[in-house]
Amino acid sequence: MTNDEPMIMSTANLPSASSASGKPVVHQGKLKAVDLNFFYGAYQALHGITLEIPANRITALIGPSGCGKSTFLRTLNRISETIRNTRVEGQVLLDDEDVMQVDVTALRRRVGMVFQKSNPFPKSIFDNVAYGLRVNGFRGALSDAVEHSLKRAALWDEVKDKLHKSAYALSGGQQQRLCIARALAVDPEVLLLDEPCSALDPIATAKIEDLLFTLKDQCTIVIVTHNMQQAARVADRTGFFLMGKLIEYNTTEIIFKNPTKQETEDYITGRFG
Amino acid sequence: MATTAASSAPPSGGAQVWLKRLRSGDEVARLITLVFASIILVLTVGLVYQLWATSSMPRHKFGFTFLTSSLWNPVTGQFGALPFIYGTVVTSAIALLIAVPLGVGAAIFLSELAPPRISSLFTFFIELLAAVPSVIYGLLAIFTLVPLMRDYVEPFLKKTLGVVPVFGGAIYGFGYLTAAVILAVMTLPFIISISREALLEVPTEQREAALALGATRWESTWQAVVPYARLGIFGSIFLALARALGETMAVTMVIGNDPSIHASLFAPGYTIAAVIANEFAEASGDLHVQSLVELGLVLFLLTIMINALARLLIIATTRRGSAQS
Amino acid sequence: MTLRNRWRKTLSYIMLSLTGVCAVVAVAILFLILGYLVYNGWRSVDWNFLTKLPKSPGETGGGMANAIVGSFQIILLATVIGLPIGFMAGVYLSEFGGKTFAFLVRYMADLLNGVPSIVIGIFAYAVVVIPMHGNSASAGGLALAVMLIPITARSTEQFMSSVPQTLREGALALGASKWKTIATVVVPAAHRGIATGMILGVARIAGEAAPLLFTSGNNDYISSGFSQPTASLPVMIFLRATSPYDDWHRQAWAAGMVLLLLVLFANIAARLILSRGIAVQR
Repeated sequence: MTNDEPMIMSTANLPSASSASGKPVVHQGKLKAVDLNFFYGAYQALHGITLEIPANRITALIGPSGCGKSTFLRTLNRISETIRNTRVEGQVLLDDEDVMQVDVTALRRRVGMVFQKSNPFPKSIFDNVAYGLRVNGFRGALSDAVEHSLKRAALWDEVKDKLHKSAYALSGGQQQRLCIARALAVDPEVLLLDEPCSALDPIATAKIEDLLFTLKDQCTIVIVTHNMQQAARVADRTGFFLMGKLIEYNTTEIIFKNPTKQETEDYITGRFG
Repeated sequence: MATTAASSAPPSGGAQVWLKRLRSGDEVARLITLVFASIILVLTVGLVYQLWATSSMPRHKFGFTFLTSSLWNPVTGQFGALPFIYGTVVTSAIALLIAVPLGVGAAIFLSELAPPRISSLFTFFIELLAAVPSVIYGLLAIFTLVPLMRDYVEPFLKKTLGVVPVFGGAIYGFGYLTAAVILAVMTLPFIISISREALLEVPTEQREAALALGATRWESTWQAVVPYARLGIFGSIFLALARALGETMAVTMVIGNDPSIHASLFAPGYTIAAVIANEFAEASGDLHVQSLVELGLVLFLLTIMINALARLLIIATTRRGSAQS
Repeated sequence: MTLRNRWRKTLSYIMLSLTGVCAVVAVAILFLILGYLVYNGWRSVDWNFLTKLPKSPGETGGGMANAIVGSFQIILLATVIGLPIGFMAGVYLSEFGGKTFAFLVRYMADLLNGVPSIVIGIFAYAVVVIPMHGNSASAGGLALAVMLIPITARSTEQFMSSVPQTLREGALALGASKWKTIATVVVPAAHRGIATGMILGVARIAGEAAPLLFTSGNNDYISSGFSQPTASLPVMIFLRATSPYDDWHRQAWAAGMVLLLLVLFANIAARLILSRGIAVQR
């Protein structure tokens, strides 16, 4: 076991921020990792990760390539299990419930994911957004739900007349927003985004970042990004990963302006990574 | 906090865990597809078993002399495989002798010289050739190739090379040489398409290195590019050989059906596949049938070995190719 | 330029031209075959040919209706048995395969693919003809199915494996179970390739005569049901071509032309489907 002290930011220590209306908001630890270790075969990719992700906030995970931030993200919805020979030790808790004890398909309905490169299905735009609904046995009016999701993803106006065209007819940025709409359709409580803008131009990136701001009231957002400026722009809280360990985790302001660890400061100032 | 170790490998837990997974539908799907996949195993094992079991009579009666005896007489109950093994080997060998230079030459053209569009178009046509049924090749061979060989090619060869016993002997049109020619035509598409792919995988740096040293276009192709692709080319040759050995219909229709060994290529002969095709339906008596099955077993083993060799060579090329890049 | 260099250049030119000749010869063969068959066969493909039963040699006006129907019966049986098994096996290999078992299955499938079709005929003979005491369409259908299964399995596996993993993850992340992901995302994504593989496989077995010679045999009449000896186009071509009668030779050409056109058509159609675009983009 590693000796690096994990920075535990429990709800008691967080300064309570205010919502837009000025009333103080109490943060619940929506997703928690407790002493999480992850192994690819014999290789240990994550060492003793412990952190709490607050509800209705945007949490960013940053760090150099290969530091384990994506690996960590993928344990949160257990999509890491699709790779053979992986092992998890420790716990991930959603609303204080161990995710390993929950049916995995139910978990993934509550914790959605958007991937690094957009991966729309070879189906129409409509069918892409409707997929999650259909697969989970949605009984209501499909087209209303699809429209609602596309609006939440700020894509509705651009695609409303071509819902039955192939998803591949959209631009890269639109496809990624389609993937976000697809993930939102099942009304997840948490949305995980794995470097969602890394393949996109600055304008498309800005659109998605604006989108995240509008979503966080209804959703808890965790975003992995290799772009520090993006983390500084969007995140309320930021965690810095290095070589499979969580070095520092705090409000974004503290991480970027006043980090306590040397490694964090080195990374922020660009001395490596 | 308890440590839970979750593994993505199938749980080694008890029946209860398995039953729980069964209800998920995923395990059911896995089992169903597994059953279908095992049908392939069952079929292969069954095939080998049948070949072995249904050839027990001649194996016990003749032992290894089955392979060395050249007497095949259903009437007297004597069965030796040598004429057929001879015929199979001779026709296939000569077929390769004709097809390999032609095929590798065409492959070189298509990979090195031809503009991409012509290369794709020609390759498309050549791959269509591979789809032509054997019986059609046979049909054409009987009515067009046989007269051609009988009236023009074989007399010419006899006139010029008749000193050698291989080109001596009476000319019928039907025989080893004609069979070899049609086999060459049938195996040509395989040699071309696989060799072409092997040649396309050769990095351009190889060719450029030779050219930079002052080699001519041909020299760089023949001395730098082709040797680099030799594993894949050999693989294609072995694959073609395996197909030639097992080719039935076209050969049956032109080989002349004579179960004896002749030195002359113009003479009629027989191959393993051809004798099975001709005699199986009306075989007289169990020993006859089972001897034909034993011939099938011999053919089976022969083609398995050569196919395995071919695949090893082709895998070696792709592995080396990807290791290089 | 030295003499040696001049020779080297000339040699280069000659050898490279020769390779071009080889390629042209190879392609020309295809057109020769096609041309010959069409030339000799098209006059003989008439209404009689398609609808009448064979007559004794010497009588004109016979046809190959029995072979056409018989081929249809045998191929139908082979397809109904072979395609589903091959498809499911391919799904297993691509999506569920455990390491050793999948390796074994793949190896055996490739092995079966390399077995000469006449040996497969022997197998079908031992397994169906002997117990049934006679030739039948079932035996022929089984022989062709045994050939179709490994072809279909490997091509299905190939196309399903080439569907990017990220598509599967996208579906799983939405809460779809593994089998639902396969059925609603992976198979649709690979459907062009899978269909192509199936068409090519069926085209391949449709032209086979060797495994049918002593399994489904021949029949001068249309066979009712699947338990009788049944005529088929490839076998008929063989029998007619090797007979001594001119009229029967003529029929062989006609049948050959029909068979070849069907097989080539299927091949070209399959390749066009595939080149229209694999369903998954980029």
